[in-house]
Amino acid sequence: MRYIFQFCRILLMCLLGEILAGVLPLPVPASVYGLVLLLAALKLGIFRLEQVKEAGDFLIGILPLLFVPAAVGVMDLWAELESMLLPYLISAIPVTLLVMGVTGRVTQRICRMQRKREGKDG
Amino acid sequence: MAEILSSSAAWGVVLTIGAFGLGTLIGRKAGKAWCDPLLLGSLFVILVLSLLEIPFSEYKASASPLSYLLLPATVSLAIPLYEKWELLKRDLTAILAGVLSGVLTSLCSITALALLLRLDTVQAATLLPKSVTTAIGMDIADTLGGIPSLAGAVIILTGITGNLTAQWLCKAWKITDPLAKGIGIGTASHAIGTAKALEMGRVEGAMSSLAVALAGVITAFLAPVFADLWL
Repeated sequence: MRYIFQFCRILLMCLLGEILAGVLPLPVPASVYGLVLLLAALKLGIFRLEQVKEAGDFLIGILPLLFVPAAVGVMDLWAELESMLLPYLISAIPVTLLVMGVTGRVTQRICRMQRKREGKDG
Repeated sequence: MAEILSSSAAWGVVLTIGAFGLGTLIGRKAGKAWCDPLLLGSLFVILVLSLLEIPFSEYKASASPLSYLLLPATVSLAIPLYEKWELLKRDLTAILAGVLSGVLTSLCSITALALLLRLDTVQAATLLPKSVTTAIGMDIADTLGGIPSLAGAVIILTGITGNLTAQWLCKAWKITDPLAKGIGIGTASHAIGTAKALEMGRVEGAMSSLAVALAGVITAFLAPVFADLWL
């Protein structure tokens, strides 16, 4: 029963997320609202970690499996996929490298600045 | 045979788990990034459906219990984020600025690409969330009017690219700080890239999975702005 209650707490956050997505005018998915709500519930102590942990870890563990049906949907979209091959390859390969490089450099620069400042203070 | 299957509730789930299991097994044996169980598993399912001439819609209906779990599983990503909160707090400015710069780079590049290649709004909305974890990314594509399945395909390809190039790229861009490496890998190439970050080290892995959740949430709020303004 413990796991069912854990699952139910997570579902409750999903429901609230769906309600928020319906009420708020922003085009933000219900899953993101639900994620933020669950994080807030944990931070505010409404749920304790052990009240959601096992069910949540199980769900995250099987997450890649859950995408299979959606990914298989590509089989009905070959034509679309073919006509879009070039933009897909550009956005998947060069853009990814650029994003990784920029993110890493910015993070590293700020980390070093802060550590230098901390060094001076201390 | 087809009639028995179409009245059976279980076959879609069994086929999916079987194909995914086989993909996992091959991935473990081969140890290559492109042997992603999601990629291989999906290909096996497509193969079986094509051979038996079962339409996708029937498979989709039968596998729907799995799709039902997607929402609670995505919401559960809050749990690792909560568990890593102390790590986040310690270097909050650097991490947030890094992830934000990455998300903006991604959204700007895709917008530029869409304008250059004259993509329509459906195609652009499909590409916008491509660096984000599959769970959130497919949802964002759907919300913005893109095609979730195709978004999923680009997201997987992005992850594999990140996984295969992470070590080389960090060297080429002189990113030596383990924290910065992890944030870069997670922001650019989500969970599939994080698998590589975990191999590179503990800090890299933890930071990468932290960045995955952050980049997902930030992209969910920023992508609509880009879709509205430029596309």
